[in-house]
Amino acid sequence: MIRNVAALTQRELATNFLSPVAYVVAAVFLVATGHLFMGSTLVEGEEASLRSMLDSMAWLLVFALPLLTMRVLSDEFASGTIETLMTAPVTDVEVVIGKFLGVYVMYLGLLATTLVHVVLLSAYGATDAGVLILGYLGMILLGAFYVAVGVFASALTRHQLVAAIVGILILAVLTLVVDALAGWYSGSWRSVLAYVNVLHHFQDFSKGIFDTKSLFFFLSGTAFFLFLAVKALESRRWR
Amino acid sequence: MIRVQNLTKTFGEVRAVDGVSFSIGEGEIVGFLGPNGAGKTTTLRVLTCYLPATSGSASVAGHDVFSDSMAVRRLVGYLPENTPLDGQMRCREYLNFRGKIRGLGRGVRESAIKRVIELCWLGDFIDRPIHQLSKGMRQRVGLADALLHDPKVLILDEPTIGLDPTQIRETRNLIRDLARRHTVLLSSHILPEVEATCERTIIIAGGRIVASGSPEELKERILGGSQLIAEISGPAKDVTKAVASLDGVHKVEGGADDGWQRLRIEPKKGCDPREAIFKVVKAKGWGLRELRLEVGSLEEFFVQITAKQAEEQRSEKREVRS
Repeated sequence: MIRNVAALTQRELATNFLSPVAYVVAAVFLVATGHLFMGSTLVEGEEASLRSMLDSMAWLLVFALPLLTMRVLSDEFASGTIETLMTAPVTDVEVVIGKFLGVYVMYLGLLATTLVHVVLLSAYGATDAGVLILGYLGMILLGAFYVAVGVFASALTRHQLVAAIVGILILAVLTLVVDALAGWYSGSWRSVLAYVNVLHHFQDFSKGIFDTKSLFFFLSGTAFFLFLAVKALESRRWR
Repeated sequence: MIRVQNLTKTFGEVRAVDGVSFSIGEGEIVGFLGPNGAGKTTTLRVLTCYLPATSGSASVAGHDVFSDSMAVRRLVGYLPENTPLDGQMRCREYLNFRGKIRGLGRGVRESAIKRVIELCWLGDFIDRPIHQLSKGMRQRVGLADALLHDPKVLILDEPTIGLDPTQIRETRNLIRDLARRHTVLLSSHILPEVEATCERTIIIAGGRIVASGSPEELKERILGGSQLIAEISGPAKDVTKAVASLDGVHKVEGGADDGWQRLRIEPKKGCDPREAIFKVVKAKGWGLRELRLEVGSLEEFFVQITAKQAEEQRSEKREVRS
């Protein structure tokens, strides 16, 4: 199990580094976060926290991560390599987890590069280590959730572009759309909408609040979408 | 080694494979022959655990392809149609990855890669990215991948499609060599290929097995329908009568043509009355300008049965419609 997943993850990572899409997405992501940091955080008189940068990153990733995940399974379907993969002694679960980790590790690498802002911030102001750590923990959990959604979207179709759009749509609904809808409803609908709002849970972390409900939300949400991805992959065989 | 029983696979309304049964013994090399769309690839995909069967069962070395799929996958080396490969990797990286997911440890993997490089002549391009390779090279990489874990059973879907004549010959020789140590099932829509490499042929058309046997057996079946052509000059009635009365002659049909009788002679099963015909002609003092055996080729047989199958299907469809 672990050996197969490791092999798949490793291959996925290698493919990411060979893919121009990954470089473009990484470059745009880093320019955008740098700009956010310079424009809104590293300003005289602002508080010495990365909260606004992390909050903006959270919705930026709604568009960025599906572009990294769109390839993972769609490309296997389109090129037919899924046939060699699924006739090798690997299970559907191993394939999905391997693909997930391949992109997730790449994302964690990207996230690590933003730590440079933490260094800059500590040089110019008094930072609160606890809040920073929770903020980054939030990013780590949020990323897992987004990547899981993206892998699921990629398991649905052989067209990478469709996978990207579906992934962005699902994430957009769970962030921006539910946020807007929550304003229109009241009562129990409102609390449902608030519960599925990903950014809502994320903002707990970026504010420096550790809530196990949010932790549970991200972990179960990630597992749920990975489960759906496995089912989608399995279902291709029955068509 | 391979057992398929009453295998049926439908895609929506289409019956791609319709009640196919066959079995293949250890060390056998069997060709799966049929026109495009006959159900070859679907059958192979069920055997390699890529597609589940709609009904019926299939097993490899006693392991059911559905309930014991991982065991089957470990035993089988599979070259899918059109050789899908990850173009971005280099050959060696690709083979290394494939070895890993098949659970080969580092040492075994390295020696296995060395072995298949030699076996499939990958030496010249082993460190090149796969997307730069020609069709023939890709085919060899695919074959190397299928052989990497030294599988007991090799399943090759159209292994020589798209290769040039030299490569085709080399690949055939390679497959024949492999057959000594592996059980091989290969599919093809090209008859001479199967004839040249396989001990046994299963002919499939319209999702059903229409004939099976060794090339010799199949030839014999065809020979049963072969005819003699003779052109003899002499009185029409006498000539026909004399030939028809010979031992080993089943039926004679003839037509006159400017004094020459052109006879179509159907010999009895297993008989070749050519010499007897010559003797009769000589004894009667007639002229003889042609005497030959018209052997039906496996090719003709193949075309015949597959055309028949297609015709049946068409009429079935008509019935359904009306």
